[in-house]
Amino acid sequence: MALKIHEKIDIEEILRDLEHYRPRRKGWTWRKPLPPGTQIGPFQYRQASENLKNSISLPAAKYFGGIDPQPECVITTEIASGRFEDDIRRMRMAAWHGADHIMVIRTAGQSHYDGLIEGTPEGIGGVPISRKQIRATRKALDLIEDEVGRPINFHSYVSGVAGPDIAVLFAEEGVNGAHQDPQYNVLYRNVNMVRSFVDAAEAKKIMASVDMLQIDGAHNANATAREAWKVMPELMVQHGINCAFSLKAGMKRELISLSTVPPTAAPAPEVYIDLPYAVALRELFAGFRMRAQMNTKYMEADPREVTVNHTMNLLISRLTSVDIQSTITPDEGRNVPWHYNNIAAVNTAKQMLIGLDGIKDMVELKKDGILREKVRELKERAVLFLEEIIAVGGYFRAVEQGFFVDSGYYPQRNGDGIVRRVDGGVAADTVVPRDDDYLAPVCHHYGYNNLPPGLAQPCALIDGCTLCNPDKIAYIDELDEEDNVGKRLEATAEHRQKGLLRPEVEWYADGIVSINLFFPADARTAEYAALALAEKMGIKDAEVINRLPLHPAEGTFLELKGRVEIDIDPATLHIPEEKPLLSEEEIRRAVKENPMTVVAATVGEDEHSVGMREIIDIKHGGIEGYGIKCHYLGTSVPVEKVVDAAIETAADAILISTIITHADIHRINMRKLNDLCVEKGIRDKILLVAGGTQVTNDIAVEEGMDAGFGRGTKGHAVASFLVENRRR
Amino acid sequence: MERKDDFQQRRRHLAGLSDEELHQRFWELLDQVVEPLAELARTHTSPAIERSVLLRMGFSSLEAKALVEKCQEQGLLGKGAGHVVLKAAEISGRPYREAGLALIRGELWPQVTAEFARGGGR
Repeated sequence: MALKIHEKIDIEEILRDLEHYRPRRKGWTWRKPLPPGTQIGPFQYRQASENLKNSISLPAAKYFGGIDPQPECVITTEIASGRFEDDIRRMRMAAWHGADHIMVIRTAGQSHYDGLIEGTPEGIGGVPISRKQIRATRKALDLIEDEVGRPINFHSYVSGVAGPDIAVLFAEEGVNGAHQDPQYNVLYRNVNMVRSFVDAAEAKKIMASVDMLQIDGAHNANATAREAWKVMPELMVQHGINCAFSLKAGMKRELISLSTVPPTAAPAPEVYIDLPYAVALRELFAGFRMRAQMNTKYMEADPREVTVNHTMNLLISRLTSVDIQSTITPDEGRNVPWHYNNIAAVNTAKQMLIGLDGIKDMVELKKDGILREKVRELKERAVLFLEEIIAVGGYFRAVEQGFFVDSGYYPQRNGDGIVRRVDGGVAADTVVPRDDDYLAPVCHHYGYNNLPPGLAQPCALIDGCTLCNPDKIAYIDELDEEDNVGKRLEATAEHRQKGLLRPEVEWYADGIVSINLFFPADARTAEYAALALAEKMGIKDAEVINRLPLHPAEGTFLELKGRVEIDIDPATLHIPEEKPLLSEEEIRRAVKENPMTVVAATVGEDEHSVGMREIIDIKHGGIEGYGIKCHYLGTSVPVEKVVDAAIETAADAILISTIITHADIHRINMRKLNDLCVEKGIRDKILLVAGGTQVTNDIAVEEGMDAGFGRGTKGHAVASFLVENRRR
Repeated sequence: MERKDDFQQRRRHLAGLSDEELHQRFWELLDQVVEPLAELARTHTSPAIERSVLLRMGFSSLEAKALVEKCQEQGLLGKGAGHVVLKAAEISGRPYREAGLALIRGELWPQVTAEFARGGGR
């Protein structure tokens, strides 16, 4: 099975015969960096990795030969709408834009599920992580990575009270990376701390066995603490505890990644606070990997503000270092991310990382002064934090005393930290000592194991464990007859078969649309006006998702979302054939070799000049820019005068602009132009082109023109037509 | 606990350390913090760890969960759930997977507990 670029991924096909699907590889994959100075299109790059086979480049790439240089670091996107079958389509889109690390958030409550979830129930705020879901997603990602030509790392979470179970599942199924941090369980999921650490050692050992990359959970303190920038010393301690514990469990340093987030956001003096922290981390944790996450703590509903903040975060990544650049969608502050916002976030990262390529060859962080003072201070505060943990009797005592997520800038304490008890929390009292004759006949088991002497490997006792012999894996398809992917696909089968189109942001044909609007009113009035407008437009479940006052009285910008139940059948659409344009280079070359002159005017009683100027002016990307010589005669020009000017200048083409009127003046003018050219004997030597907001090619050709161009036409299209069709 | 920022007093003993020495101190302290946690993990087990062992032996998640719950009820988790299954296989003469399924059905437990009580562990 291989994907075809112009065909949708077949989810039913993905789900077929999953029972026998095996991952093609295990372990994490980094991008392959290109040697510094590698030429891509017109430029040399210093921090780029191998190009993709198929991708969609940034919009401005069209000026540079369509290049799509890829930064050297892995780029993450988090995709988890609750229905993995819809997420797979989004993963494909994200991969085309440059994501090679796909993270799936778990459904609400999975942390407290004591065991594995099986089947494919629908999730809330994430996806229920099960063997079938993982296998289907991995299978799809295998196809997608072939399509784009770069390995894709698949990632989820090894946490909660089933960490070791999930670690085995992930190791068996070729999941390439996972969050694993017992402190996350303790602090944010209230899982008993003894259980969390005992489980974590086993989970980490299993992860290490397949070279799975680990990301820690420290960044959650940023998102939780009231004043996120004050927990910086504690964050270093949390990173340190997980790193040191992971090394003891057998993980390789280069597969242990710190989840770091620049803690502030403008209007705070962001870089002044975030940069010393980023530097201190990278110095203290040399040899470990840096997963740079974007800030979520201070996200509001305005995607523009969020994007700028994330751009600042990316600046920190480039001024220091980054191994994995994670992205947060610009709409996460207001809803579960929508398809196109994942792509927006990936592009923000790609754009900024490539834009800042090689910055450190020119800009250097200062080796003295305030930066170094702040870096040193942060490290000392972290060391003092550790000293006090030991002084009170260790990690468990420190948690009991509320050391963590205190909003004070340590050693300041505000007494508002998270307090957990060593004998409390979910799954307390479930850990038991291993007896002297304790035995586990499997590979990659952490800790004491009373194996008989002389075994080649532990699983020799059972003729191979699942990690050595995947045929032993027990596959469960579905447990719930109603809540599963098959039923969900059945519900949309008819719609899909008919090829109907309904807008969507998250799930197939969910009907969600969003509208940007401005009302010249105060925010509250504008909001209610927007809701009333939505009702009149037939939009259901309308909700204002962003409200930006531009002035207390003069106006408010709003974004509104709602649902439509309208299907469009593409078979009924009249879609004019798209003519491929000559490239800008081809046009320039042709004009240089064989110069071209045109006469242009707005004809009739028409004073509009904007449209024509857009088509002509070099400043607006008009045809002048391709070397075409333009004689612009102005507005309200009689057709006779246009034709005379064309004869006088021996023009290759006449461009007229005309408005559409009920009296059909536009048709009359076009016909008149054609007739006059015939009369003067130049019609076969000259191209006639008409344009205007409501002109179509069909109308123009009907009235004797060679072409017509309507609203939104760019000079490129006109120039391409002129060059391709010139008469001599 | 509330406390004012007394960083300047507290840091005095660190002031003379080079950056390198400070880093070293950071990692030494971390080792002191995590070593007892790692030791705890080496010498203890949990239902999730034992389920993960059974998964690796080829039991499904549902079977693993049921088996571990039975081991907990019998107070045999400290022997290792995989060990319990192997013991049942040895006693019954069946392949270990079949022995495990029998245990889930509630069979073989008296023999298994008796065998462990006799000190018949490996």
